Amino acid sequence: MNLETKYLDLDLKHPIIAGASPLPDDLDKVRALEDHGIAAITMYSLFEEQITQNMVGSEAHLGSYENSFSEAASYFPEVDLLDRGVENYLDQLAKVKAAVSVPVIGSLNGTREGEWVNYATLMESAGADALELNLYFLPTDVDESSIQLEDRCIRIVESVKARITVPLAVKLSPFFTALPQFAKRLSGAGADSLVCFNRFYQPDINADELDIKPMLDLSHSHELRLRLRWLAFLSGRVDTQLAVSGGVHTGIDAVKALMAGADAVQVVSSLLINGPEQVTEMLDELSAWMQEKEYASLEELRGCMNYLRCPDPDALERANYMRVLKSWRS
Amino acid sequence: MLDANEAVASVAYRASEVIAIYPITPSTSMAEVCDEWSSANRPNVWSDVPEVVQLQSEGGVAGAIHGSLQAGALCTTFTSSQGLLLMIPNMYKIAGELTPFCMHVAARALATHGLSIFGDHSDVMACRQTGFAMLASNTVQEAQDIALISHAATLKCRVPFMHFFDGFRTSHEINKIELLDNSVIEAMLDTDTISRIRENSLSPDHPTIRGTAQNPDVFFQAREAANPFYDACPDVVEAEMNKFAELTGRQYSLYEYEGAEDAEELVVVMGSGAETAVETAAYLNSQGRKTGVLKIRLYRPLDLKRLVAAMPKSVRRIAVLDRCKESGALGEPLLVEMMACIEEARQAGLLPDSFCPTVIGGRYGLGSKDFTPAMVKAIFDELLVEQPKRRFTVGIVDDVTGLSLTVEDDFDLEKSEVIRAVFFGLGSDGTVGANKNSVKIIGEGTPNFAQGYFVYDSKKSGAVTISHLRFGPEVIRAPYLIKNASFVGCHQAQFLDQYDVLEYAAPKGVFLLNSIYPADTVWEHLPRTVQEAVIEKQLQFYVIDAYKVGRAAGMGGRINTIMQTCFFAISGVLPKDEAIAKIKEAIEKTYGKKGPEIVQKNFAAVDQTLAALQQVEVPSVASSTLELPPVVPAEAPDFVQRVTSVMLQNKGDSLPVSVFRPDGVWDVGTSQWEKRNIAQEIPIWDPAVCIQCNKCVEACPHAAIRSNFYDADELENAPVSFRSTDFRARDFPDKKFTIQVAPEDCTGCSLCVSVCPAKNKTNPREKAINMRMQNPLLEEERANYNFFLNLSKPDRATLKEDVKFTQFKEPLFEFSGACAGCGETPYLKMLTQICGDRLLMANATGCSSIYGGNLPTTPYTCNDDGRGPAWANSLFEDNAEFGLGMRVAVDKQVVIAQDLLRGFSSSLDAELIDAILTADQSTEAGIADQRARVAELKAKLETLSEPKAKRLLDVADYLVEKSVWIVGGDGWAYDIGFGGVDHVLASGRNINIMVLDTEVYSNTGGQASKSTPIGAIAKFAASGKVTGKKDLGLIAMNYGNVYVARVAIGAKDTQTVNAIYEAMRHPGPSLIIAYSHCIAHGYNLASGFDQQKLAVDSGAWPLYRYDPARNAQGENPLKLDSRKPKKRLYEFTDNEARFRMLKMKDPVRAKELGQAAQTFVDERFELYDRLSQPFETADEDAE
Repeated sequence: MNLETKYLDLDLKHPIIAGASPLPDDLDKVRALEDHGIAAITMYSLFEEQITQNMVGSEAHLGSYENSFSEAASYFPEVDLLDRGVENYLDQLAKVKAAVSVPVIGSLNGTREGEWVNYATLMESAGADALELNLYFLPTDVDESSIQLEDRCIRIVESVKARITVPLAVKLSPFFTALPQFAKRLSGAGADSLVCFNRFYQPDINADELDIKPMLDLSHSHELRLRLRWLAFLSGRVDTQLAVSGGVHTGIDAVKALMAGADAVQVVSSLLINGPEQVTEMLDELSAWMQEKEYASLEELRGCMNYLRCPDPDALERANYMRVLKSWRS
Repeated sequence: MLDANEAVASVAYRASEVIAIYPITPSTSMAEVCDEWSSANRPNVWSDVPEVVQLQSEGGVAGAIHGSLQAGALCTTFTSSQGLLLMIPNMYKIAGELTPFCMHVAARALATHGLSIFGDHSDVMACRQTGFAMLASNTVQEAQDIALISHAATLKCRVPFMHFFDGFRTSHEINKIELLDNSVIEAMLDTDTISRIRENSLSPDHPTIRGTAQNPDVFFQAREAANPFYDACPDVVEAEMNKFAELTGRQYSLYEYEGAEDAEELVVVMGSGAETAVETAAYLNSQGRKTGVLKIRLYRPLDLKRLVAAMPKSVRRIAVLDRCKESGALGEPLLVEMMACIEEARQAGLLPDSFCPTVIGGRYGLGSKDFTPAMVKAIFDELLVEQPKRRFTVGIVDDVTGLSLTVEDDFDLEKSEVIRAVFFGLGSDGTVGANKNSVKIIGEGTPNFAQGYFVYDSKKSGAVTISHLRFGPEVIRAPYLIKNASFVGCHQAQFLDQYDVLEYAAPKGVFLLNSIYPADTVWEHLPRTVQEAVIEKQLQFYVIDAYKVGRAAGMGGRINTIMQTCFFAISGVLPKDEAIAKIKEAIEKTYGKKGPEIVQKNFAAVDQTLAALQQVEVPSVASSTLELPPVVPAEAPDFVQRVTSVMLQNKGDSLPVSVFRPDGVWDVGTSQWEKRNIAQEIPIWDPAVCIQCNKCVEACPHAAIRSNFYDADELENAPVSFRSTDFRARDFPDKKFTIQVAPEDCTGCSLCVSVCPAKNKTNPREKAINMRMQNPLLEEERANYNFFLNLSKPDRATLKEDVKFTQFKEPLFEFSGACAGCGETPYLKMLTQICGDRLLMANATGCSSIYGGNLPTTPYTCNDDGRGPAWANSLFEDNAEFGLGMRVAVDKQVVIAQDLLRGFSSSLDAELIDAILTADQSTEAGIADQRARVAELKAKLETLSEPKAKRLLDVADYLVEKSVWIVGGDGWAYDIGFGGVDHVLASGRNINIMVLDTEVYSNTGGQASKSTPIGAIAKFAASGKVTGKKDLGLIAMNYGNVYVARVAIGAKDTQTVNAIYEAMRHPGPSLIIAYSHCIAHGYNLASGFDQQKLAVDSGAWPLYRYDPARNAQGENPLKLDSRKPKKRLYEFTDNEARFRMLKMKDPVRAKELGQAAQTFVDERFELYDRLSQPFETADEDAE
């Protein structure tokens, strides 16, 4: 059976790839992923804040006690540090690249324009086969309009694209007013692929302590549905490849994502929970299902349930909501 | 451009194989850079990486060096002051064994009547008898060069060398020098001799024995056998100097004369002062005088022939200057030596019989007292007087013994082509850093020469810095502060109210002020005296709102780049465009590696600065009605008015000898008069939200938040804004409660807000205490605080011994100069609240002795009865023994008093005497009762005339129990003072030790101690500490009778309070190890208490109390006060730069050490857990 797919111009032996996660921090885990058949590995993200604010912040903090007291001009040894966050990332990227033969995708996370985008070039030089730009943010500014915000994102994509020769994926949040149109603009700005979607950690409120409680939950399969719908809308209508991220835990989840139009399927939580062996598990499940349903290749499967091809497109749209409500009443 | 410490270290490092180090000001940075270079694998001239080893004390360093030398390695070390004194025993050995070795000393005053971290020759002069050769250097360039000559000479002549230069003045002066290449160092270090050293080393392959014990038959002769080496030493040094000159073109000589060929008046001097003397003599000669200066470089072995040969024979009067004091001697060492030399030379025929100059001697520059051309002129002028003072001092006004010379203050030798700039800044605003950078830009980037010297005040928070910078076309040889500055920058407008900033300005100079007021209105906001100075001196006056520019450029509170840009734009030091281009180049260089964002921010700041800098049109008359506020309030005591206030104005140099007590004794409670107003924001209490837990009061490192409860009628005359609410305490019904900030003493650290557990229900961002801008509230809160201070205080005996009620006891440690958010001071404050009125404190040198005892004002104070902590600092290494001595003296006087008292049982009130002798003083009430009894006794004794009554009166107060506490940091307790700590713990005496454990040497800038945990980066452990933290508590528990507690006030304050009470009452030795967060941990200290919680919750800092008293109840004396770690160690360490830095530097190593650290804390907790299991009962045993 032919599971081959093309994602970010990379020829992958199958669509299951490791999404951005802490796993690549450990080379043993990286090797294990390859041993268990992963098709590509996405690095954890290098955050814009890591490159900028932290540097400015640390510099300001450590510096504020320097040269203030006769007995001590400073309180820490002189070691070149602030570039290390980036350097360490690039080092690790190069090490991961050297450790495996599958493609390695660098991941850059940022939302503001600035010098940090230059690190895209460095990631490419460090060996990244492609880059994933994660536009991870919450629009909290009451004065920034949706168009201003989208324009900003487009400019970032353009400037990153201009700095690299390898393909570029853009990872999106689901919260855009006109996602399909924005997706089209991203394509025009140079995105070779779109990744749907980011998962935002949802903080909780501690009512007793009057506190905000940061929560880090791994994904569940039910989160896939949001992605399925939007993949279905975008598939075949926007000139980029598509990947799914968030909620793919099983081979069947992967099948659904592919049917909705995904060219590649990113897995994170399931790998963190079950370990690299899960790749084999999912692949087996995917192949078995395809075999049973007599799909000879991924090509036949991909996008078969997208907005253009699914039997009941209305069910993907708002009407869907009405029906659900009706079924609730009855 | 570098300072002498770095220049010297660079030579010493490259010429050595083993470097033993220990931090001591001002030599520390030499050790630090060597450790950094070694950890970065930088090679020496033989392409090896020197082995750098940190010891537990300078005594340890000397021992290790001695061993290392014997075993054949080329060694070096760096030290100063008392540290050097600790090396003396080994120095005799090293010299006695003719061991080639070179050490470098940044010469510093020795602690006598007080401690001084600053420069003079007391330390090196105390080593003149050790057998070390002593070679002095006078400038930064010389320090580097003579460092190499010393290393070379010791190899040749086998006599060990001490190379020294003036602490701070030379060690910390940045100057433009010619650096030495490896090729020069290699050429100077003789490889044949190095082979000989290896051959001569202690080795089992060719065994020898050393350190034999010698009997009267041979000791003497064997001692004399070394003579030829000392005889040859001066020749060797001269030869090495000549060789050095061939290699570099810089010629030095052992004794160097500069001045008129036919000089009649001569000054003999050693160290940086020689430069000033030479400069002044040249000027005087240009005015027709015949003067000269003899610079002494080789002080040991003193070479008579060369010394007298260097002296012009025309000399009729000689003044010999010593930068040290030898009380009771005929004269200071150099003077006596010179007198002897002249006489000896005459007798030996080296000088004609007719050569009989008058020789006088003077002291100058003690403890870095500035030594100026005016002082040199005064000395030369004294030599013209018919009967000159045979002994004199210069630079002070001695109105007691009349020794001081009169100095013409306005005499100055500044050259007009030299740009002289003085900057007033705050430690935290980056002024000094920017100025160091400016000096580098000009010195390295242009053909000009530059010099930078920086003066700091003694505070660790809100410290004022004064930078002295010179720039000019020729080498700058002016080792003294600038008095006539062509540019004065005042980076904080409030300084104009506190200091005479424009005193430094030369006529027609440039004055730059950072002010919130623009050019058209700033004038009216200046105090009148400042306006007058601007007009009178015809200053060009510029103004900038640097904080506004900083905010706009995203630089936060760091205004360094902005003020630096202003200086470059208007000082004329370089053409403006060139200057700005240079700044940008420097920014690129400094921050390039740290990311383009920082570079861009700084570039933006430069551009915006140029746009915002304005020249002020100076009116012709001073119109201001603003008078300078009084330095200290009118109600301050007389001494504070007369003396302290002068020091606070930075004019302490003008105080005469007579105002000081001759024995180093000072009054307590002076910090309350220094209203520093350094907080931009202060905490304001919200009674409606407050739950009255007093945690803010407890946490405040500066005792600037206080609480009290009192009768409602006391509120009658309260200021309108005074806040008060009903006191919630069952035992004290119908009382009112207040939490009040001391608005002018608060440092604005906001620790109080972060520890406040009460949130405003409707707006949880607000708490029961919230930071508000200080300025608009100042008047109000000052009145509130003064009103608060006058409220009646609760009776101590009625207050429970818990966290809340302890905080109603008056702190007798207040407003110290500790860092904002300091983690040590809350413990000390609590100690004074618990037993301050009967407390004797021995304080080891370190942070706690600096914020505890650094002039001008000090924080220990007394209560309304005049009782309070009696505090003393002896040294760093001896503190435990020092405290033990206090205990023994107290105990002795108790015994004397009791014995005498018993003798009066028939003649005085027997009941009273019995009550005194059997009093229970374990409670506050017991103490109060005993005080009353002793007062009664004293009244009765006053009426008696017999000598024993007088004797008893003298010691009667000892009948009231005293609590003796030995306090210091981990550098003291774990390292240098550990032997003493151990001895005190073993003494069985009723004595208490409190270790303020910051896990590094904080005061000297964060060097690793044996308390530093695994994986933390510190100086001397730049690659992360590999070994685990020493378990001082467990060591102490081994004695069985020692009360031991490990506490963290931010994690569990109840346990801290209990531990202090229990330790105080424990009849034997006690040890409290107190977790103290510190700026050297690298995070915002407002989170200090949160980090303490994490330290405990992660097992990094387990809490326990080991109370031997529990043994008596059949219980396990060890009780764990913290639970099994519920967090992983990284959850604590990730928040602190000291751990995080390693991740950024070397992630692999960080991971390894992180795992090792986790294992370490897990295993330690496991061990404590086992050790603290309840004892099995006898019944169970029977079963």
